[in-house]
Amino acid sequence: MTIAQYLLLSSVLFCIGIYGVLARKNGVMVLMSIELILNAVNINLVAFSALTDNIAGEVFALFVIAIAAAEVGVGLAIVLLIFRNKKNVDLSEIDQMKG
Amino acid sequence: MVAQNVFFAILALLMIVSALKVVTTKNIVHAALWLVLVLAGVAGQFLLLGAEFVGVTQILVYIGAVIVLLLFGVMLTKASIGDEENINMPNRILPAVIGTLMFAVMSYSIIDTYRGEELPKETVTSAAEVSDSIFSDFIIPFEAVSVLLLAALIGAVVIARKEVA
Repeated sequence: MTIAQYLLLSSVLFCIGIYGVLARKNGVMVLMSIELILNAVNINLVAFSALTDNIAGEVFALFVIAIAAAEVGVGLAIVLLIFRNKKNVDLSEIDQMKG
Repeated sequence: MVAQNVFFAILALLMIVSALKVVTTKNIVHAALWLVLVLAGVAGQFLLLGAEFVGVTQILVYIGAVIVLLLFGVMLTKASIGDEENINMPNRILPAVIGTLMFAVMSYSIIDTYRGEELPKETVTSAAEVSDSIFSDFIIPFEAVSVLLLAALIGAVVIARKEVA
């Protein structure tokens, strides 16, 4: 196995996630795309951990997983609040702070 | 090594197809279920790389908790179970172009830098090594993450609770 195949797989996932964040306007769908991006990063961390035989990469992947869980909790709370105030989660309508 | 490459290819194909389904399907519940396949594929890749503990944590935290949270979000925002028309931005060409360009740049630089560089012979890192590392070198980040999780928990409750006049 080469390191490049893992890095390429993770960059494919990362770019699909970027596309999802930009192309979706439902708040929950954007959160799912962010999960794709975070997972791509985790593959990179673990692959480099295997390449350099250094455990720090795996520990960082664990930290990323923990922070992703916190992020999705807070993100969903915000989406719920938007839904309660506007009766939908259409992100293109969230423009109150536009000048 | 050949068997590992075969499994890598199968998993990678599954993950890419599922990830594309996540960002293109019109049904939000289906998107969450496709996301389960992607996350399970990532866990499989971790196991292939010999990172047992990270792989198992991936299954526990992502498939066990994050997906359930996302499905709760789908349920509480009253998304319809069937297809939904209004979940995509009107202009999807530009995001596709941005994604493709980013992939072109990243894949060029990855292949240019790491062409043919082999991973070392498979070594499985045990949970004991990971925990030794967390509780010696990374003890301060570990404590910071626990405070962060507490803050996120409280923050989510404060944000999402109903205002009681």
